[in-house]
Amino acid sequence: MVPFILLILIIGSVLFHLYTPWYSTPIASNWGSIDSTIELTFWMTGIVYILVLGFMTYCVIKFKNTKNRKADYEPESKKAEVILTVLTTIGVAGLLAPGLIVWDDYVSPPEEAMPIEAMGQQWYWNFRLPGEDGILGTTDARNISADNPFGMNENDPNGKDDILIEGDTLHLEHDKPVKFLLRSIDVLHNFYVPQFRAKMDLVPGMVTFYWIKPTVTGNYEILCAELCGVGHHAMRGEVQVDNTNDYQDWLNDQLTFEAIQEQAMLDREEKLAFNKSN
Amino acid sequence: MSESIIPESELEEVELYHPKSWWTEKVFSQDAKLIAIQYGLTAFAIGFVALVLSWFMRIQIAFPEMAIISEGTYYQFITMHGMIMVVYLLTALFLGAFGNYLIPLMVGARDMVFPYLNMVSYWTYLVAVLVLFVSFFTPGGPTGAGWTLYPPQAILGGTPGQETGIVLMLVSLCIFIVGFTMGGLNYVITVLQARTRGMTLMRMPLTVWGIFTATVLALFAFPALFVSAVMMLFDKLLMTSFFMPALVEFGENLSYGGGSPILFQHLFWFFGHPEVYIVALPAFGIVSDLISIHARKNIFGFRMMVWAIVGIGALSFIVWAHHMYVSGMNPYFGFFFATTTLIIAVPTALKVYNWILTLWKGNIHLTIPMLFCLGFIVTFLNGGLTGLFLGNVIVDVPLSDTYFVVAHFHMVMGIAPVLVILGAIYHWYPLITGKMLHDGMGRFHFWITFVGSYLIYFPMHYLGFIGVPRRYYEMGQTEALYTSSAADLNVFITIAALAVGFAQLVFIYNVFWSAKNGKVAEKNPWKSTSLEWQTPEQPPIHGNFGKELPVVYRWAYDYSVPGAEDDFIPQDVPNEKVKLAEGYTELGVEKT
Repeated sequence: MVPFILLILIIGSVLFHLYTPWYSTPIASNWGSIDSTIELTFWMTGIVYILVLGFMTYCVIKFKNTKNRKADYEPESKKAEVILTVLTTIGVAGLLAPGLIVWDDYVSPPEEAMPIEAMGQQWYWNFRLPGEDGILGTTDARNISADNPFGMNENDPNGKDDILIEGDTLHLEHDKPVKFLLRSIDVLHNFYVPQFRAKMDLVPGMVTFYWIKPTVTGNYEILCAELCGVGHHAMRGEVQVDNTNDYQDWLNDQLTFEAIQEQAMLDREEKLAFNKSN
Repeated sequence: MSESIIPESELEEVELYHPKSWWTEKVFSQDAKLIAIQYGLTAFAIGFVALVLSWFMRIQIAFPEMAIISEGTYYQFITMHGMIMVVYLLTALFLGAFGNYLIPLMVGARDMVFPYLNMVSYWTYLVAVLVLFVSFFTPGGPTGAGWTLYPPQAILGGTPGQETGIVLMLVSLCIFIVGFTMGGLNYVITVLQARTRGMTLMRMPLTVWGIFTATVLALFAFPALFVSAVMMLFDKLLMTSFFMPALVEFGENLSYGGGSPILFQHLFWFFGHPEVYIVALPAFGIVSDLISIHARKNIFGFRMMVWAIVGIGALSFIVWAHHMYVSGMNPYFGFFFATTTLIIAVPTALKVYNWILTLWKGNIHLTIPMLFCLGFIVTFLNGGLTGLFLGNVIVDVPLSDTYFVVAHFHMVMGIAPVLVILGAIYHWYPLITGKMLHDGMGRFHFWITFVGSYLIYFPMHYLGFIGVPRRYYEMGQTEALYTSSAADLNVFITIAALAVGFAQLVFIYNVFWSAKNGKVAEKNPWKSTSLEWQTPEQPPIHGNFGKELPVVYRWAYDYSVPGAEDDFIPQDVPNEKVKLAEGYTELGVEKT
């Protein structure tokens, strides 16, 4: 019965893997190389899994206790140990080397990547685009107030034309690399879109990053992937990958920091005037 | 292994403390064996609480529309489940319970070298457990910061239990570490100083090697947790900023500034990664011995096994940041930590090969302890191989913080070590109580636990592939990845989890039922060579061995030695006293 159940377990695991309806979502970024590394790891580890457990099951069948059985006495075998060490080392190196090559790519954003800030706070997402100058203005968590939720540095000219998107969908242009600059104003968060395969924590007090190139237009959900309090599971957002025309249309509708400030000033004056007239 | 000259004892034996009253004999005992049982029962009691918490979590995940618990409670339960299982159950059980019971007996000592300190260690541990448990009943409840307790979230308002729960958690951890340090020094020094004559280091059973090395790791690793707990307490209570940068809490600027949340993570995992091996190494040691005993064959490659334990222990201190690949630390760390992490896979793989090569040409008795060993190999291999996914930095990127991670660490440091603990209890129960555990209940317990756990965690990896993040109270409407079939899979996993939980109730019943009604164990029922079974009385009494301490003539793995009549030679039997099989003039020498 024991080897029989072990065999069912091994064969069942393999069949489950081959026929599972639950596997990676269709990829929508340039990180196909990550998927290939996973595939490679699956093949290597899967073969080891089958071989080792198959051999164990064979031993359980072949060397099961019977009345006159006596075990061999063989303390060690240098040869076997050396062969196994070498084979394992080669296998491990075979996994590590391609992994590190792809990682090198992952941490080296291309020059032309557009910087976009994703800013997390309990429990929603804000975004900031650099505007026409292509440069994001500086920020400081100490500047944050009701009028300045991004903590923009008002004296920084680079920030004037930054486009601010508060709690709304982020649009990306198809096939254009972006470098996400990640910032949190309260606790840890993680900017994760399963279809992009990439993720990185947002850490208050510093800026982290990763880069992608969206390759498929469509609408994707952002899932926070670092525990950030009771609302963690509800901290969702949306990314919309558009073709160039749609993207430009969307971009034209967005307000810059300067425009938002002016609007706020006007609102205040209006309110003041309204109060006076009453 | 060949005999060597047995050295004379260099020191006279010191008289043990003999209890004078019922209290000092049965409660405030200084006998390592009773302290071990106290540790074990306390760990199991608080571990059972953590098990029950997991049932609520699983029901919530499978049936979110029922909302059996609220968001806050869910996060409190995952936190307490994790911390209790890792620290208060597994660490306490392997080191406090198995360490205390087995080290003195297996190295041929009458007790630990510092029996009084040993007693204080247990009572300090009990206080730590009680402080933790009390947090369930304080205003705001226990902390819901996740077992990793990452700041700033752990001490801010968006996290449940930030009033008192987090403070009690940190205080409890500090007390635990104080208690552990007292016990831990005891285990290390007992192994180094109190081994009986002839018990060289390379003759110690691997169980002792595993527990010894794990204790050394813990003595180096726990201080990192201690300082991070103290610093976080300061941040919480005195508004210091060790881990707290300038930040905003729900629109309000706080006075913190300049601290580093990532510093906490480095300290936490500097403890946290060796912690994995603090749990794994004793399991490696115990499983090696159980496989060897129940397959009637010496452990294959004993010296390699010892060096692998020591090597893995050393390497475990330079891999910690593989828990932080996507934490925002300098990305170039990824190259270093991925390399060290994958290097550690080599000695670990060798251990797996050697367990199976021990079965090869063995005489495998499919006893309950052996079944648990086989279950351990399956789950540990599975969890080890998925470690190659997560350790390889780039593969970790999509899988990190998903259910793949949950499945991986439960398989490798939850189920695998627990299967060893359970196997070890079936193995040593006759020594501790003098009775055998009921076989039928035991087999039922094994099969439900092993197959059930596999059915929980094997498919769970695939939820991670889809991208389902861990620590989600509910997934909600996420059609692209969380389809209705994925929701069904979660229902299936919950059913399997509840079945496994039920099997543990059968086990608990068996432990109590057999203590009273079990079959009386014959002496050394598994025909083991190691010293704990060679005591004059079974169960061993205070002082362990009779008038004379045993003298050790051989390693612990003389099973099926050619020329010996029996298929085992206890460590304290010299060659000339071995009963020879027919046709042999000497061990290993046939009549010509």
